[in-house]
Amino acid sequence: MDYSMQDLMAITAMQGFAGLSFFSVLLLMALGLAIIFGQMRVINMAHGEFMVLGAYTTYMVSTLAAGLGPWATEYYILLAIPLAFLSAFLFGMLIELLMIRHLYHRPLDTLLATWGLALIMQQGFRSIFGAREVSPNTPSWLEGSWRPTPMIDIPINGMAIMALTVIVTLGVVWLMYRSRWGLRVRSTMASREMSAAVGINTRWVDRLTFALGCGVAGIAGAAFTMISSTGPTSGTLYIVDTFLVVVFGGAGSISGTVVSAFLIAQGQSILEFFLGSSMAKVTTLLVIIAILMMRPEGLFKSKVRR
Amino acid sequence: MNNALQMLLGKKGLPGLLILAFILLVLFPLTMDVDSLNLTGRFLAFAFVAVGLVLAWGYGGLLSLGQGLFFGIGGYAMAMYLKLEASTPEATAIQTTPGIPDFMDWNQITALPWFWEPFHSLTFTVLAILTLPALFAAFIGFALFTRRVSGVFFAIITQAMVTIATILVIGQQGYTGGVNGITDLRTLKGWDIHTDQALVVFYFATVVLLFAVIALGMWVLSTKYGRILMATRDQENRIRYSGYSVAYFKIFIFALAGFMSGIGGAMFTLQVGFMSPSIIGIIPSIEFVIFAAVGGRLSLLGAVYGSLLVGYARVTFAEAFPQLWLFLIGAVFIAVVMFAPYGLAGLYNTHVRPRVEAFLVRMGWRPGAPPSDTPRAIDPQAAQEARK
Amino acid sequence: MTDIKKPFSRRKLLKSMVALPIMASGIAGSKSLFAKPATSEINTTGLAVTDDTVQVGILHSLTGTMAISETGSVEAETLAIEQINEMGGILGRKIEIITEDGASDWPTFAQRARKLLREDKVASIMGCWTSASRKAVLPVLERENGLLYYPTFYEGLEQSPNVIYTGQEATQQVLASLNWLYNEKGVRSFYLVGSDYIWPRTTMKIARIHIEQHLDGASVVGEDYAPLGHTSFGSMINRIRLRRPDAIYGAVVGGSNVAFFRQLVSAGLDGSNQTLLNLATTEDEVLGIGGENVEGFYSSMKYFQSLDNENNQEFVRAFKARWGEDSVIGDVTQAAYLGPWLWKEAVERAGSFDVEKVTAHSPGIELNQAPEGYVKVHDNHHLWSKTRIGQWRRDGQADVVWESDLIEPDPFPEGYQ
Repeated sequence: MDYSMQDLMAITAMQGFAGLSFFSVLLLMALGLAIIFGQMRVINMAHGEFMVLGAYTTYMVSTLAAGLGPWATEYYILLAIPLAFLSAFLFGMLIELLMIRHLYHRPLDTLLATWGLALIMQQGFRSIFGAREVSPNTPSWLEGSWRPTPMIDIPINGMAIMALTVIVTLGVVWLMYRSRWGLRVRSTMASREMSAAVGINTRWVDRLTFALGCGVAGIAGAAFTMISSTGPTSGTLYIVDTFLVVVFGGAGSISGTVVSAFLIAQGQSILEFFLGSSMAKVTTLLVIIAILMMRPEGLFKSKVRR
Repeated sequence: MNNALQMLLGKKGLPGLLILAFILLVLFPLTMDVDSLNLTGRFLAFAFVAVGLVLAWGYGGLLSLGQGLFFGIGGYAMAMYLKLEASTPEATAIQTTPGIPDFMDWNQITALPWFWEPFHSLTFTVLAILTLPALFAAFIGFALFTRRVSGVFFAIITQAMVTIATILVIGQQGYTGGVNGITDLRTLKGWDIHTDQALVVFYFATVVLLFAVIALGMWVLSTKYGRILMATRDQENRIRYSGYSVAYFKIFIFALAGFMSGIGGAMFTLQVGFMSPSIIGIIPSIEFVIFAAVGGRLSLLGAVYGSLLVGYARVTFAEAFPQLWLFLIGAVFIAVVMFAPYGLAGLYNTHVRPRVEAFLVRMGWRPGAPPSDTPRAIDPQAAQEARK
Repeated sequence: MTDIKKPFSRRKLLKSMVALPIMASGIAGSKSLFAKPATSEINTTGLAVTDDTVQVGILHSLTGTMAISETGSVEAETLAIEQINEMGGILGRKIEIITEDGASDWPTFAQRARKLLREDKVASIMGCWTSASRKAVLPVLERENGLLYYPTFYEGLEQSPNVIYTGQEATQQVLASLNWLYNEKGVRSFYLVGSDYIWPRTTMKIARIHIEQHLDGASVVGEDYAPLGHTSFGSMINRIRLRRPDAIYGAVVGGSNVAFFRQLVSAGLDGSNQTLLNLATTEDEVLGIGGENVEGFYSSMKYFQSLDNENNQEFVRAFKARWGEDSVIGDVTQAAYLGPWLWKEAVERAGSFDVEKVTAHSPGIELNQAPEGYVKVHDNHHLWSKTRIGQWRRDGQADVVWESDLIEPDPFPEGYQ
């Protein structure tokens, strides 16, 4: 088949965007986990379910908005995102209080207990929202594509997610590395005893860190409703991908997660273009595992002493 | 009683083993019809994996979320043999290429792939079931443990491997039967595997093999090797500085767990009559861990009880209250991890056993206070805390 | 059910000797139409048949991941059986339902089928949805000599004496829809996409052979599969755009459906500028995808809820009266509804519940007034049926834009394997 130069340019541009779009989705999903795992060494197997919690919150807001008239269905998402964060944040706090704080010295056990939590949450979603997958109506300003040239279509919802990812990432980085609270978090992780001794309430630091991670997962879930549907078991689809992003990035740092999400997303997206989705996925996973075997600490070594 | 023998028989000792043998070999066969026995046999096939997890996770500290992989290798090896036996040129005469499994024919494969060839031989198949899962586990273990991958990293990598395996099995349906799996298995050396008689035989074979595997596990733990393994779990660096090559201990125990899982998989295929990727994926792989955790991560016998209990709870409770089932199993899992990390076996040891012993002493059936050389339950949590 | 009453002529029914589903509701309380034969004559194989009742199993996933898809089938089968009972049952026997839960787990399906056949001795089973569950149940059926009515459209390549397939096999769906795209829409280049498992791959294999060998000047410009549950279709969509196919021919299922359609639409490919026909999209699925994301796209099925004929209107009314106004009825649900009626007809023809006799009398059975119209059982145990092309509307229903002639089922299509 012959393609004109213009065709190839257009496809390259769109393919580049597809990779970036996948990158922002992956990063948004992994960010919450990176906070929890990276800072607290807690494995949260219910991470996917916290995303679904955010997604269902968005769905509820959209359903309520539908009753208020057309202006509400257009802009409900602006309210849904903070609410998704809030619901996941509060629920995360509750879980930390009831469960996680008892398990800090047993990372493998947290993994198992949060899996149990994931099962309970899944059934909770099913009992409340039904087994059928739901998808909130997309506001019309998020539908369709932006067409800079007749050849190129850039999905608007993809751009919206990208913008959201940038905002959330900057917010998290600011919180962790620029704010006083972040300083407390990092000092607690470096030395719990010393931090407690200088008057940091380490218990609250733990609780807020965990809740923050869950809240960010909630935002990811809200964003996800723009591109896919939500069902009670949707969360399990994302576990493996999200964990690999964090582990591959080297658990200690947010920047590691960003780089790793970028590499994995671009890699998989390019492979998909040439190999098809199934083989691309297998190849990506194998490459990640192979690299992890050579560099078990991930791309960026954690500077925190364990 | 000398110490080695006591270790061999586990903390519960001989009575525990005898009670389980009585339940599985006498009580169940006498009280159950063939279908229930077959169901029990399926749960027992999962128990092989759980026993392996007790060794790898409970004693070795290696939490694998990918045991479905090894279960699957064993199960698929068995299924490949049975499928070839069922695909005689006569039975498959309507196919474009008679003599190959039907699903290959549907996928335009015109000759048996090379890796299917050896599965014409039962001897090879049995050898494959006994060696492939162990070798594969050893390979993974070698790659990971010599690089000191451990803990949650190990758990996540094994989980990713299961994901890869399922995508491959489903995607390469011409060679694997895809999402339907390898179905319509009929005979084993000409002997119909679906008759009542066959199902009973498979049940007893499963039980006998399961006891063999448990005995093997007990023996391994009783050796010096077993002690070093436990010490490694609790104080890895100290063992390393003592001059032991820690990685090889881990590789061995992981391979052993894989070996056990493979046997379980093969027995599963025989009893169910097919093998499919839905049995080896991420979720079944985590369920194996649930079995081991409920039974007690330090108890080989507990793993069997855990598999049976969760299995039966699923078929009875889930059917009566489908809405509540996930709540229940999730809550049980959380409760076990938080309040009874050593599972049923742990609860038995701390709550029931002292009373039983006191009762036995009071009745005069056992001489006074238990001997002081009874091995004390090793508590990794306490050990870990001590390290901190 | 009593609220649906219809004038009814007993003589007409006797004359035609054909089960008339829509008339079912009319004769509540009437006595049997047939002289009641002795149980010993009509049941020589020890089935659960008494002088007044006969037992039938319904075997679907009531729990687990497949439950949501299979519920519609359970509802349709139950409705049909209730209607038959109101007509007086079969050979004077009321049907009693034994429901078993396959729990979305294939070994459980096999075990429950065994239980139904060995312990309950059911005279037939309505059930299974996925191919994997049917494959698991099949050896049990053949060994215990059971009879299964299987409702789902599927990949074909199977023809068991113990199964009646009431859904379409792949060639029925595929060939007609490809011809339609070629003739009516002038499509010359096809891009095939599917979820990565057996049904889409087999379907696409048939589609490719048909396009390349039977449609003059048409070609396949690409073929792509995504793992089940895949949600990022950006790269796949770019591949499609690069090839600029006249039509995208899809077999994408489940949760991926939503992501696929949404991303397609937001990449600027929608019903207004891209011809797309997805085989697996039923009214059920559209409920989750959202009408705005499939508007203008096509599906090829034998049944759509909007089908405009008297039988169907009656069926939709009865279904909603029984299961709620919000129910949507997809292709499989309608096929499941046919099962009990086909069985009733076969039993009455055979004058016996014995499975051998029922299956021997099954080929040739005609239902004139099935919701989808006329169907007939072929010697190969599949149904002759029409294939329809529906174009989706924003409200989640489809406009039927084309209808084929009656198509012969061909589960082992010569030249397509």
